[in-house]
Amino acid sequence: MIDWIIVLQAGVASGTVLLFAAIGEILAERSGVMNLGVEGMMLIGAMTAYKTVAMGGNPWVGVVYAMLFSGALSLLHAVVTINFQADQVVSGLAINFVGVGLSTVLGEGLSKAGTVSLLPSFSVPVLSVLPLIGPVFFTNQHVLVYVGYILTPLAWFFINRTRPGLHLRAVGEYPAAADALGINVQGLRYLYVLVGGLMAGLAGATISLAVSPGWFSELTTAGQGWIAIGLVIFAQWDPWRAALGGYAFGAIRRLILDLQGPQVLYGFVNPFYATPMLGFFLQMLPYALTIVVLVLVSREAMRKRLGAPAALGTPYIRGQRGI
Amino acid sequence: MSLSTVTPSEPKTWGLPYRIVVEPRLSVPRWLSPAVSVGAVILALLLGGVVIQLAGGNPIESYIHIFKAAFGDVGVFSDTLVKATPLILTGLACTLAFRMKLWNIGAEGQFFMGAWGASAVVLFPLLPANTPAILMIPAMILAGFLCGALWGLVPGFLKARLKVNEIITSLMMNYIATSWVLFWVFGAWSERGFQMSPTFPKSAWLPRLTDYAAQVKAFSGLTVHLGLVFGLVAAVVVWFIMNRSQWGYEIRLTGDNPKAAQYAGINIVRNTVLLMMLSGGLAGLAGMSEISGVVHRLQGSISPGYGFTGIIIAWLAKLNAFGVILAAILFGGLLLAGREIQPSGIPRMLQGIILFTVIASDVLLRYRIRIVKS
Repeated sequence: MIDWIIVLQAGVASGTVLLFAAIGEILAERSGVMNLGVEGMMLIGAMTAYKTVAMGGNPWVGVVYAMLFSGALSLLHAVVTINFQADQVVSGLAINFVGVGLSTVLGEGLSKAGTVSLLPSFSVPVLSVLPLIGPVFFTNQHVLVYVGYILTPLAWFFINRTRPGLHLRAVGEYPAAADALGINVQGLRYLYVLVGGLMAGLAGATISLAVSPGWFSELTTAGQGWIAIGLVIFAQWDPWRAALGGYAFGAIRRLILDLQGPQVLYGFVNPFYATPMLGFFLQMLPYALTIVVLVLVSREAMRKRLGAPAALGTPYIRGQRGI
Repeated sequence: MSLSTVTPSEPKTWGLPYRIVVEPRLSVPRWLSPAVSVGAVILALLLGGVVIQLAGGNPIESYIHIFKAAFGDVGVFSDTLVKATPLILTGLACTLAFRMKLWNIGAEGQFFMGAWGASAVVLFPLLPANTPAILMIPAMILAGFLCGALWGLVPGFLKARLKVNEIITSLMMNYIATSWVLFWVFGAWSERGFQMSPTFPKSAWLPRLTDYAAQVKAFSGLTVHLGLVFGLVAAVVVWFIMNRSQWGYEIRLTGDNPKAAQYAGINIVRNTVLLMMLSGGLAGLAGMSEISGVVHRLQGSISPGYGFTGIIIAWLAKLNAFGVILAAILFGGLLLAGREIQPSGIPRMLQGIILFTVIASDVLLRYRIRIVKS
């Protein structure tokens, strides 16, 4: 049997990783800069956080270092794409390579660190007794999961209902107009690329210090940074949809693990237990599902005429034609 | 320093008798582009040295070691060429796609599928084991190319028809490909439960120079195999397509100015699908060449990231087919020597830093930066 409550509970926990990374990327892309280096920045974050703790540091200090280090990496992306007007796709890939390589170099031997102190987890007193919602969202969750609950509405409110949020959208949709209104286009883009980097670092720290503790070099993230970028498109640059998608993907990741355990599933012989080889198809599932979701959302976007921020991917050069 | 102005930047003197002037270049001298690339690589090696020093290594010793272990004598240079062979093909695969601004970052998965397709010929078996090499090798080439092309077709089709972001889809296809290969290696094709297939019969091996040591003594021990010739031929073909054919012109025009290409009546949907298939096919050929020329069996660990390195090579070569060969040899040496370097992530990190300095240095091709007396 599969305990669906546990699947959903674990889904919310590991979905928080995707949520942080996706919201960071949403903010960066809303300002017009795409950063494909999320995977690399997450790895740097996960490695830094775990290394800090393995060397005897406080887990919260680890989180801060993780955010700072991957934030620094994102600033490289900002310099190259905003000042030097390099292609955002290629620069993002470069960030990714640097992140993967640097985290492997600096994380050497870290996988044998043994037990370290991790971020705390707790239940929320009143809310945890609610049926279904209580055990899934408010029982024995990591502290950063609760941060995710607060962050999602906050990000939505910031983007859609505040003046700085309006400036953010203006810079991503029509930088020339924003510039004419006296908004500092380049400065804001720097800021939100940095925010994206900080959030990717937080996502990485969430993995290595809470959701699945430890450092397993590239396998620590196993492509979650890329799934987060896919999630941004699925979410149509909206934090609520990013949260929903993140939790759903998290639940699927957990379900894949649980599906391979039991001998009998609801009265049927479990094919994944009988033939462990089929597990490789289960492992494809999150990645295949990302493709399917992108296909579905592209049809929706075509129908509703939604889409990416208009200036996404284009450097802003004052006085030059274009958007 | 802001480069955002089109007019020469306002003087910034900071109290010094000199100031920096940044102005757009109207023309780029021929020598500048390769010079900037070389400079970028040197800068990357310096930066990498700093990291190695910080990580507790000795950068100068590391670099001398890399150079000796990759280019020191004929034997190791032959090994470098063996490493460069799949890189030439994946580099060309990326070059093709990038020229139309199609971001195929799925060369790694296409490489795995090419290796799988070539193995399928031997292991299913599609051809009996006693098939002569003259039939076996072409069948493996075809199967490898087709499987890679199939893996490029999926993101290409989704991009062309449904405008689905090909960066994400091609990358997701990588993970699917590695799981697919593992499914066969652990299951039906496993040799006595080990995580690898049985060794292929000799007829499925690409000939190596060392196989002719009896005729030419100097070839003894040289592992360079026929795959290198595939790479060199592919480079000529890619150069010809890109620079001398109408299709190549359409691709370049679409990459530089999609709107103009559309007005000119170019069939962008068809070209997208075909180009992604050709790109995937080349990466698949790389997988076939590696499996048939070096590994001689299918297993999970057949690539230290050949597909991803192809991206960097394409960019370092400035999307020039012949430049890809040179860049692939450089990176092949780095991969070969890097196996012995500790910590083990250094080659990957150097690759990343090189890509970074290469794209950052592009600014020197677009702007002239001068220091003048004020």
